[in-house]
Amino acid sequence: MLREFMSYLGSSVPPANAGNQLWALIYVFIIFAGVAVAVLCMNWIERKALAHFQVRLGPMRVGPHGLLQPFADAIKLLTKEDVIPAEADKVVFWIAPVIGLLAAFTVYTVIPFGPSEAVSDMNIGILFMLGVSSLGVLGIVTAGWASNSHYPLMGALRSSAQMVSYEVAMGLAVVSALLMTSLNTSGTGTLSMIGIVEAQQQQGIWFIFKFFPLGLAAFAIFAIAMIAETNRAPFDLPEAESELTAGFHTEYSGLRWSLFMLGEYAAMIAVSSIAVTLWLGGWLRPLPNLLHGAAWEFIFSLFPGLTFGGLALIAFIGTARMPSHAFFRIQRAGLGVFAALLGLIALLLLVIAVAGRANDTSIAARFRDGVDYVYWFVLKVAVFMYLFIWYRATWPRYRFDQLMKVGWKVMLPISLGVLIVTAIVGVLIS
Amino acid sequence: MNVALMNQALMSPALMAQALNPGAAPVATPFFFYMLAGAAILSGLFVITRRNAVHSALALIVTLLSVSGLYLMLYAPFVAGVQIIVYAGGIMVLFLFVIMLVSIERVTKERQFNRIWPVGLLASCALLALFVSAFSKGKDLFPERRMALVETSNTQQIGALLYGEAARMGQYTFAFEIASLLLLVAILGAVIMTKRKI
Repeated sequence: MLREFMSYLGSSVPPANAGNQLWALIYVFIIFAGVAVAVLCMNWIERKALAHFQVRLGPMRVGPHGLLQPFADAIKLLTKEDVIPAEADKVVFWIAPVIGLLAAFTVYTVIPFGPSEAVSDMNIGILFMLGVSSLGVLGIVTAGWASNSHYPLMGALRSSAQMVSYEVAMGLAVVSALLMTSLNTSGTGTLSMIGIVEAQQQQGIWFIFKFFPLGLAAFAIFAIAMIAETNRAPFDLPEAESELTAGFHTEYSGLRWSLFMLGEYAAMIAVSSIAVTLWLGGWLRPLPNLLHGAAWEFIFSLFPGLTFGGLALIAFIGTARMPSHAFFRIQRAGLGVFAALLGLIALLLLVIAVAGRANDTSIAARFRDGVDYVYWFVLKVAVFMYLFIWYRATWPRYRFDQLMKVGWKVMLPISLGVLIVTAIVGVLIS
Repeated sequence: MNVALMNQALMSPALMAQALNPGAAPVATPFFFYMLAGAAILSGLFVITRRNAVHSALALIVTLLSVSGLYLMLYAPFVAGVQIIVYAGGIMVLFLFVIMLVSIERVTKERQFNRIWPVGLLASCALLALFVSAFSKGKDLFPERRMALVETSNTQQIGALLYGEAARMGQYTFAFEIASLLLLVAILGAVIMTKRKI
């Protein structure tokens, strides 16, 4: 066991490719924990950000600035009565949220957080991601049908029609990015997620800027289609509350409902990761061609520590601005501890960055590189997650016929055109 | 993956596998084969024995996923991925879409009126005979040696076989394009049959 644990350290390939099952399992647990924490954070940020968009305060009571609200919600959902309708198909009703959750979490095996910071590097990486995430619609469809109720069935029908339609445009946008990976000396592209990021590194350009504006157009199509794929506003017709109560999960409550929510947020992170990997350079930091050299490397390696330092500073300011009434004493102390914790993480990251600078081959340097890769990847994904909230606060919901029209008559022709033009330009310049 | 390495892979998979993955134990152990094959057969039985069409469709999805696992065991990841994306993710969703519109209560109580079981029996007997004959003289029919680990360039090799420039590489281009033309005709036919007025 220990030998297997030690033998992988310093390896430059993902654990599954090195044949190390122990480390693959460790990575799976780390990613699972990371996604769970991200979903908790997302829950809080979404409620706070939406509230501020609408000039409200949002959750303020549970913990300082409502920071403990996600935990309170989780406890509420776990202890809530779990209702199964009498006329429902029990087995399918039970299986449906599990299908959605499994489909959302399975794709994380190929998401490249760094050149070796992934569970596995498959030859069919992006194909696997698209295929498995398309299984998520099965969870929604079966949930809607098994509830044996009208609103859920309507929601499920809408959802399957919507997801099947937008998958086409999404797939064509992905193909036009894959075409760009083949613009090298050998003329052979790749479907591997890590290979796609490495192709951007070799060509020295993120694919969003490649063949301007072709890469940007493909990216824009993907960015629109992925909102429809994850059933988020303004494409959240399957759960449009003004028409369908809560859509496909109307009859779900408690734990099963929370599984749907977990699956939805996990799927949002997964599709954002696809977009980041294909068009935004994955784990690559900004402008490595212009700002290179030891000094710039060092400055960029300070970013993770500085980010956490900034968060700690915000939390400290929040602590200082708390009312000095005795009623707020516990909340104030809690926020102070939270700020100190963030500060500690910041300090640790800064120490790693400085220690890695001394010797580029040391274990500290390897650790610093790992932190950098994961930091840039997560930062880019976080931007997308914020955009999801922003869209939800900004745009009104589409009507169903408008949705279908946009999918088939606007997105599909544009993505086909972008694909063809990309192919022509690629052949002309190579 | 450069062309030289790929050509080498096309000529001698064993060399390529050794170069890429020295001394790695194969993942395709008999345990996984029996697990996946058992899951496929069991869920296949569920498909034909359930009276509820949605249960049948869900069992069929399990069958398709197990078969895609078997493709993975044959070191054909691309086919496995396509199996998931086309059958499990695409066609089965449309199946469910249609089945959901049917009233399940009435269908489950209805007497089945298709009396074609003699034909089915004959067909399955013929298939069984084929399997038995293939199994009994398998060594003559199939090359005995296992496909070496070429999964790291599987997709690229399929691409080269379908669209490659050299006469040896692009040998399936014509057949592939004919198949795509057939699919296009089928799509057009479906559209014309459903929409009288275009």
